[in-house]
Amino acid sequence: MEIKILGTGCTNCKNLEKATRQAVAELKLDASVVKEEDIVKIMGYGIMRTPALVVDEKVLFYGRIPSVSELKEMLSKK
Amino acid sequence: MNNRGITFHLKNPANYLPLLLLPLWILLYRNLHGLTDFFVYDVFNLIKGTHLADSVWFFVFEVPKVLLLLTLIIFAVGIVRSYFSPERTRKALEGKSLFTGNVMAASLGIVTPFCSCSAIPLFLGFIESGIPLGVTFSFLIAAPMINEVAVVLLFGLFGWKTAVIYVITGLFIAITAGWVIGRLHLEKWVESWVYELKAGDHPEDEKLTFAQRIRMGYGAVKEIVGKVWLYVTLGVAVGAGVHGYVPQDFMASVMGDKVWYSVPLSVLIGIPLYSNAAGIIPIVSALIGKGAALGTSLAFMMAVIGLSLPEMIILRKVLKLPLIFTFIGVVGTGILMVGYLFNYIF
Repeated sequence: MEIKILGTGCTNCKNLEKATRQAVAELKLDASVVKEEDIVKIMGYGIMRTPALVVDEKVLFYGRIPSVSELKEMLSKK
Repeated sequence: MNNRGITFHLKNPANYLPLLLLPLWILLYRNLHGLTDFFVYDVFNLIKGTHLADSVWFFVFEVPKVLLLLTLIIFAVGIVRSYFSPERTRKALEGKSLFTGNVMAASLGIVTPFCSCSAIPLFLGFIESGIPLGVTFSFLIAAPMINEVAVVLLFGLFGWKTAVIYVITGLFIAITAGWVIGRLHLEKWVESWVYELKAGDHPEDEKLTFAQRIRMGYGAVKEIVGKVWLYVTLGVAVGAGVHGYVPQDFMASVMGDKVWYSVPLSVLIGIPLYSNAAGIIPIVSALIGKGAALGTSLAFMMAVIGLSLPEMIILRKVLKLPLIFTFIGVVGTGILMVGYLFNYIF
């Protein structure tokens, strides 16, 4: 699975990246985690709030940072 | 659409823990005056009426008071905000005429969740769906200027009247400045790629349970109070020093209403000065006690909070310099008028 974190580099985006990496590691998922910082590409996903999480090109949520346990719950359903 | 129904997850009572703390909050808040007296005069053994006792009392009373107020209000606002979103605000603004659009954009700017790091995607999202530039600006002016931290601090340190005045004049500035920018037709000063941008389809809104909303309120407290408590403490500490040691009427010669240039001067100093409301309001509140005029102080706070350099730098990605200067000029003029008006009235 391919996980993208959309954000222009603010603290919240970095926090989400950290939480996501932790969730992926704890679930032992076979997933790549990349950060998308290009605003034009971010807008291509139709969101107006960062950070956002995209799994296999589908927006999972935006504008908030869930806890690691909530992230794990969401990612394990995918 | 969002799920507005209330779904209780009683198997997870930890989610409701913040609500159970409310009685404790009320008990503390109502007894703060007596507790402060006890600590300052009995535990620290300071003599009532001395400069030191005055300063210490101010500090010991104001810091917990402001932090208690912030915690409660930010928690409540966090839950309220989970029902609003920039996406919905955008939908509400689509197709609105210039003036109505400005009024709605400024008002929605208060309740819509906004952080300056999201200013660019928000700006692009608004413009892309055809919302006029002037209406977008009304939102971008109101959202940072009228925030819950500023309003709570004004309420706690100045009283509810000043807090209401701040909100109303802030709205007035956001509406008129946006309207003026709209009338000037400055689209040519928006970076050209902005109008070529093609945004993707908006993903479906998440359905949130009430438990999740409570968690969002809790998260807002952790994030905001966790960040501003230090500024509040420092601001009140400086304010306490001013309160106890600066002679009465000391500020009258610099920030008083008899000094005609005090308003423009405080706006000019306020624009590049970057501080959040949490640090600046306690200091200004102490200065008012020393003869600074309300209008001058209001103008200073609005310039510091509403026109911040970091936000201008972020907006430079989408706006050309002349538009940024017009923005500063128009909002600055609005603040100036508010300052003079209040010095004249009070």
